[in-house]
Amino acid sequence: MSDEAGPPPSAEPTETALPEMVQQELENILPLTARIRHGVMQLGGIVVMMMQALRRMFSRPVGLGEMAYQIEVLGVRSLSIATLTAVFAGLVISLQFAFFLARFGVQHTVGKVVVLTLFRELGPVLTALTVGARIGSGITAELGSMKVTEQLDAIRALGADPIKKLVSPRLFACSIVLPALTALADVLGLIAGSVVVKSQYEIPFDQYFRSALETATLVDFGSGIAKSAVFGIIIAIVGCYKGFTVEGGTEGVGRATTETVAIASVSVCLSDFFLTKLFLAL
Amino acid sequence: MTPGAGAQKGEVLIRFEHVVKAFGTKRIYDDLSLDIRRGETITIIGGSGTGKSVLLKCLIGLMYPDSGHIWFEGRDVTTLDETQLREVRRKVAMVFQGAALFDSLSVAENIAYPLHEQMPELGAHEVADRVASVLEMVNLPGIESLRPSDLSGGMRKRVGLARAIAVEPEIVLFDEPTTGLDPISVRIIDELILSLKKKLGSTQIVVTHDMESAFHVSDRIAMLSRRTIVEQGTVQQMKASRHPDVRAFFDARVA
Repeated sequence: MSDEAGPPPSAEPTETALPEMVQQELENILPLTARIRHGVMQLGGIVVMMMQALRRMFSRPVGLGEMAYQIEVLGVRSLSIATLTAVFAGLVISLQFAFFLARFGVQHTVGKVVVLTLFRELGPVLTALTVGARIGSGITAELGSMKVTEQLDAIRALGADPIKKLVSPRLFACSIVLPALTALADVLGLIAGSVVVKSQYEIPFDQYFRSALETATLVDFGSGIAKSAVFGIIIAIVGCYKGFTVEGGTEGVGRATTETVAIASVSVCLSDFFLTKLFLAL
Repeated sequence: MTPGAGAQKGEVLIRFEHVVKAFGTKRIYDDLSLDIRRGETITIIGGSGTGKSVLLKCLIGLMYPDSGHIWFEGRDVTTLDETQLREVRRKVAMVFQGAALFDSLSVAENIAYPLHEQMPELGAHEVADRVASVLEMVNLPGIESLRPSDLSGGMRKRVGLARAIAVEPEIVLFDEPTTGLDPISVRIIDELILSLKKKLGSTQIVVTHDMESAFHVSDRIAMLSRRTIVEQGTVQQMKASRHPDVRAFFDARVA
């Protein structure tokens, strides 16, 4: 009886362990393929929703009021978080660069380095990560709550189009708001940097700003702004998609909100590399 | 034959024909068929999770059956796209289980929403008049400026009802209109359903498991069980039914 019940625990470990290992590997791989399939389907859903929202954005009636409202909700109310992030980013990179440049005796060039770092990279990316987390999670929480309380169904049942009513205005607002906040972050970060290098390394304001403005070109500034517009679109569409596809009641809303922050942040970082490569090639 | 092409009272207006629906591995309908006649109030009863609400959502294209047909005004709703479905939704209004009022809008804006969408030709005064008039009909005059969060459960359902009837639809779908309400609010909603039928002459489909309400408002009752309609008839016929599922449901509820 005991022979039939199974092999003895430690008998011939190599022969029994191998199929078990294969089995375990298979079990590990299967959820992985399911996850990949789920990821590809999500990406497809996001792209389809974005195309629908872009197509409906300027179809009549345009809904300027809702767009302006979203610019206020998503942008104006993000001013404090964007300002704080920009000021402290400006302070810290100026401090770091001034410290290292002083080792080579070229601390007077700190303005050049700070302006390029801010305009090309830190301004758009830090704004997208901090403001984006706020905006993206807010969009998912709002739309997800509407989904679980049947308000999205109600919009359709009342003869309206939820993509046109909810997604298009948020997409438009984010593509405006992120570049605007990035421009603000660029300026505030540069000013904050001037204060720290003046107080710590006694580099005069005029020298700092002159070297910064002589170095930075419109392309440096513009590439950062263009990147932030793409980031804005990514954040908005991920937030909307996760909100529209919430399952599982209020618990699902919480889960979707967390996923939005993770997906949007990773997407910003990934797309940043490719956009940077693209703008450097142009 | 395509039901609902004419306009005679008592003719078949909506026909569910061999409808099959499943969510993943969970089968909801195996082979469901049901006729709904113009001008009647039909109540679909059944236990929780039997797919009563899904039936209403399939009728206005919020969900699609896996196979089968849903005929309305000579067209198979299951084959229509979103643009064509909007025409159906102008005629068929739905009162959602939780009212589904838009939290970001006032009561007046909620009720005006379908008017702006479906009747853009109406002026601001006409919209305001119509909002006031439907609020009067649901016995909630003067609450235009309130927010949905300021309302009780019963008031929310009545505002949801007001929003549905603002465009004077031919058919009103009620998804669990009395669930979760106190007995007085239940009676108010029942009376509203009856009075709306008199005033608007609309066809009404009510989904509920509240038997008292079902007996009170219905011309006919259909029982959804075992993934299909197992029995249908007038209130008296259903009370006399010997079908075991109907008996089990009625005896449990009436007792």
